Amino acid sequence: MASVTFEGGQGHLTAYLTGEIDHHEAALLRQKIDSRAAGADIRLLILDFGGVSFMDSSGVGLILGRQRRMQMVGGTLTVQNPPPGVQKMLELARVPYLGKEKV
Amino acid sequence: MKQKILNSVKVSFEAISLNEAFARGVLAAFLLQADPTVPQLADMKTALSEAVTNCIVHAYPGPKGPVRMELALLEGRVVKILVADKGVGIPDVKKAMEPLYTTGNPDERAGLGFAVMQSFMDSVRVSSRPGRGTRVTMLKRLDG
Repeated sequence: MASVTFEGGQGHLTAYLTGEIDHHEAALLRQKIDSRAAGADIRLLILDFGGVSFMDSSGVGLILGRQRRMQMVGGTLTVQNPPPGVQKMLELARVPYLGKEKV
Repeated sequence: MKQKILNSVKVSFEAISLNEAFARGVLAAFLLQADPTVPQLADMKTALSEAVTNCIVHAYPGPKGPVRMELALLEGRVVKILVADKGVGIPDVKKAMEPLYTTGNPDERAGLGFAVMQSFMDSVRVSSRPGRGTRVTMLKRLDG
């Protein structure tokens, strides 16, 4: 199971992801993140992987898809706080990330 | 040289996405006896998840069919993972294994499945026959 909680401010939104992210869970997370970001004037979307215990390449698809959406509205996406297992996947996929919790 | 099988398990399940987590759970339970390190177990779970997801996303565009998973512990602390389906098959395996190549929705799929399997396991073998199905066999050595 995976879940997501949000923390928003003016122009930015942080999605705190937890649990296991696979193809099944990524589909649900994608819907939740996109519906939360829709309509709000978000310029910076932060995906926080601090609580993620497993992630396969579906998680990379989730990141790249959200990045494309942000680029379309002139915004940016940041990936932060991945644990070691997630870091290995991100490095293979050449997705940059921030290690610190605060950007 | 073919290594002796010390223990094995065979599971068949429906090609639906809920079973991705189920498959990883079976692997983790089976591997308790082999006492892998945390990163080794994570690597194998990830590679398995990719193989099973491929079956679920690509193998059965029409009615869903079965995914067969065979796990084995071989002599010399080698783990063998086989994932097979009876789906549409892959016309060009070499192309399908290229990083970033995907026939899925590019907004959802990164096209990294086979690249991850190859990176996280010691060997990956794919055989496929169009209309008959696909079989992925992966090995990982737990020592050395």
